[in-house]
Amino acid sequence: MNEPRDDDDKVIIQVRDLTVGYAGVPLLEHLNFDVKAGEIFVILGGSGSGKSTLLKHMIGLDEPIAGSVLIDGDDIVTAEGDARRAILRRIGVMYQSGALFGSMTLSENVRLPLEEYTDLTSDEIELIARMKLSLVGLALFTGHVPAEISGGMQKRAAIARAMALDPMILFLDEPSAGLDPITSAELDALIKRLSRNLGVTFVVVTHELPSIFAIADRVIMLDRRVKGIVAEGDPRKLRDESKDAWVRQFFNREAEPALA
Amino acid sequence: MLHWFRDGARVSPRNPAVTALAVSDAPDGRRVLALSGRLDANSIRDVWAEGRRAIAAAPGRRVVVDASKVDYCDGAGVALLVDLISRRKPGEVQVANLAPAFETLLQQFDLHAIAHDQDPPPKRRGTIDEVGLYAAGMAADMRAQIVFIGETTAALAHALLHPASVRWKDVWRICERVGADALPIVALISFLLGVILAFESAIPMRRFGAEIFVADLVGLAMLRELGPLMTAILLAGRSGAAFAAEIGTMTVNQEVDALTTMGLDPVRFLVTPRIIAALLMTPLLTLFADLISLIGGAVTLTSFSIPYVTFIHEVEGIVDYADFMAGFVKSFVFAILIAGIGCLRGLQTSAGASSVGDAATRAVVSGIVLLVAVDGLFSIIYYVLDI
Repeated sequence: MNEPRDDDDKVIIQVRDLTVGYAGVPLLEHLNFDVKAGEIFVILGGSGSGKSTLLKHMIGLDEPIAGSVLIDGDDIVTAEGDARRAILRRIGVMYQSGALFGSMTLSENVRLPLEEYTDLTSDEIELIARMKLSLVGLALFTGHVPAEISGGMQKRAAIARAMALDPMILFLDEPSAGLDPITSAELDALIKRLSRNLGVTFVVVTHELPSIFAIADRVIMLDRRVKGIVAEGDPRKLRDESKDAWVRQFFNREAEPALA
Repeated sequence: MLHWFRDGARVSPRNPAVTALAVSDAPDGRRVLALSGRLDANSIRDVWAEGRRAIAAAPGRRVVVDASKVDYCDGAGVALLVDLISRRKPGEVQVANLAPAFETLLQQFDLHAIAHDQDPPPKRRGTIDEVGLYAAGMAADMRAQIVFIGETTAALAHALLHPASVRWKDVWRICERVGADALPIVALISFLLGVILAFESAIPMRRFGAEIFVADLVGLAMLRELGPLMTAILLAGRSGAAFAAEIGTMTVNQEVDALTTMGLDPVRFLVTPRIIAALLMTPLLTLFADLISLIGGAVTLTSFSIPYVTFIHEVEGIVDYADFMAGFVKSFVFAILIAGIGCLRGLQTSAGASSVGDAATRAVVSGIVLLVAVDGLFSIIYYVLDI
C-alpha cells in the first residue's frame, strides 16, 4: 500500500498469455490484460466462467498451464523462495468465506502476518491490528472470535487481515456473496473508501451487478464459451453500448433466450 | 497513496531513505522529535522505541513530532504517530508538517480512542467461579448423555421393530470401515500383546519350572479381559474418533440442521447405523483378537520348548465356555459405548475448525474412561455371579 508510482497510469499487474485450467485441461486461454495502480479492477462472468480460478493463478496459489503474472514487475509464476515471499508481501487476499482462523480473535487474526513478517514489539503490533480493524469499523470487536460476529463483519475482518502488511494490491474473492443488500452496499462503500483514502489497488472477483456498478473502475468479463475475455472496460459503457448480445444480456440481467 | 502520488512525492520503494529520529529542545521549552525517511513496518522499530523514550524523558513539556522529512508513511507508520500522540493527554503531543496525503491517513482514526483496546478480554474468573462453572458443565454433560442414551435406545428399539427403516447401505459401509479396515491393526496389536504377555511371564516362571502355566495365563487373560478391552480401546481411538470428526464436521456444515429441518431425526439417521455397525463388528474383531493373541502366545512358548499341541491342550483345560462368554458379552456393551460416545461428541460439536478436533479428542478420552469403568463393573458382576 502507498507505494509511490511515477504516474496515474502505472501498470501494477501484467497478465501475459496466461492459460489456466485443471489437470492440463484449459479453462481460460491466452489471457492478456493489465491492472493499473490505484484502480478497482473487477473480474466478472457467469458461474463456472473461471473467475475464481483466474484469481487463484494471479495470487500464485495454482500454477498456470502457460503464461506469466507480473506483480509490480516480478513474475509470481516463476518466483521461488525469498523472491516469492517478497511478491506475496505486496498482496493481500480476502477469500470468499473470509477464511479467518476460527480459534483466534479478530485482533489475533490481524496480528498473525505482522508477527511473522516484522520485528515490531507485541504492543506495537497490537496497536496496528486495532487500527486496521478500526478502518473496517470493527474497533469494538477486536476480542471477538469469528463465530461471534456476522458474515458481513467476518468479511470486513478478513479485509483488515489482508491489509495487515499494507499491501499494494488487495484481491477480493466474491466479497458480496451471501450478504444482504445493505451489508453488501456497506462493504462496497468500504472498498471505495479504502481505495480512495489508502490508494490500494483492488482486484475484485464478483458477479453481483450492484457491486460492479458501485465500485468498478474497469472490468474484464470472462466467458467459458470462448475460454477468455469477451469484454473489457467501463461497466456502464459495456451495459449500454456493447455490441455483444451476451454481454448486454449479462448486464441487463436477462435469461438465456431458451429460458426466457 | 493516490493523493500523495499526485502531490509529486518521488521516493523509490526499492531505494528507501534511511529512517531516523532526531531529538532536540526548542528555546520555548518544547521537545522536538524530527522524524525522517521511510515509515513502514520494516523500518520503524528503532525510531518507535526512541520516540517513546524521548517523550517519557520530557515530563510536563509539550512535544512536537516534526514529520516534514518523512518521505513515505503507510499504516504501520501512522500507528507510530498515533502511539506517540497517545503517550500524553490530548493536545500535549502534536504532529507537525505531515504531508497532506499522510495527514489523510492519520485523520481516519479517533486518536485517543484507538490507543486503547475497546474490546478488552473478559476479566479472569476467580477459582470458585471456575470450579462452579466446571461442575455445572459436568452436570450439563451428564444430563446430555442421559438424554442421548434415551434417544438412542428409542431409535434402536424403532430399528428393531421396523428393520426396513434402517439405512442398511450406510450400515454396511460403516461395517467395512469399522471392521474390515481395522483388521490389520487389531491383528498386529493382539499378536504383540500375546507375545509380550507370554514372554514377560515365562521368564520368571521358568525359574520354578512352571512355563506351561503361561498358556493358562495367556488364555484366561486374553479371552476374559485383555482381548475385549484392548480391541475396544483400539476401536475407541480409531472408529470413535472418526465418528466424532465425521458427525462434528456435518454439524459445523449445518448438515445436521438440514436433516432436522427435513424432518429426519439425526439420531436415527446418523447414530443408529453406526451403533448397529459397531455392534456387528466389535464382537467379531474381539474373537479375531482373542485368536491372534493366542497364536502370539503359542509362538513365543515354542522358544521355551512348549509345542503348539501342548499349548492348545493347556488352554482347553483352563478356559471354559463361561470364560469365553464373559469376554464376548462385554464386547457388545463396549461397541455401544464406543459408537454412542463418538456420535454424541460429534453432535455436541460447536462452530469452528478446532471444535471438530475437540470433539474427536473428547470422544477418545471419555470413551476410554467409560470402557475401563464399565470393564471394572463387569469384574464385580462376574465375581458376584461367580463366573
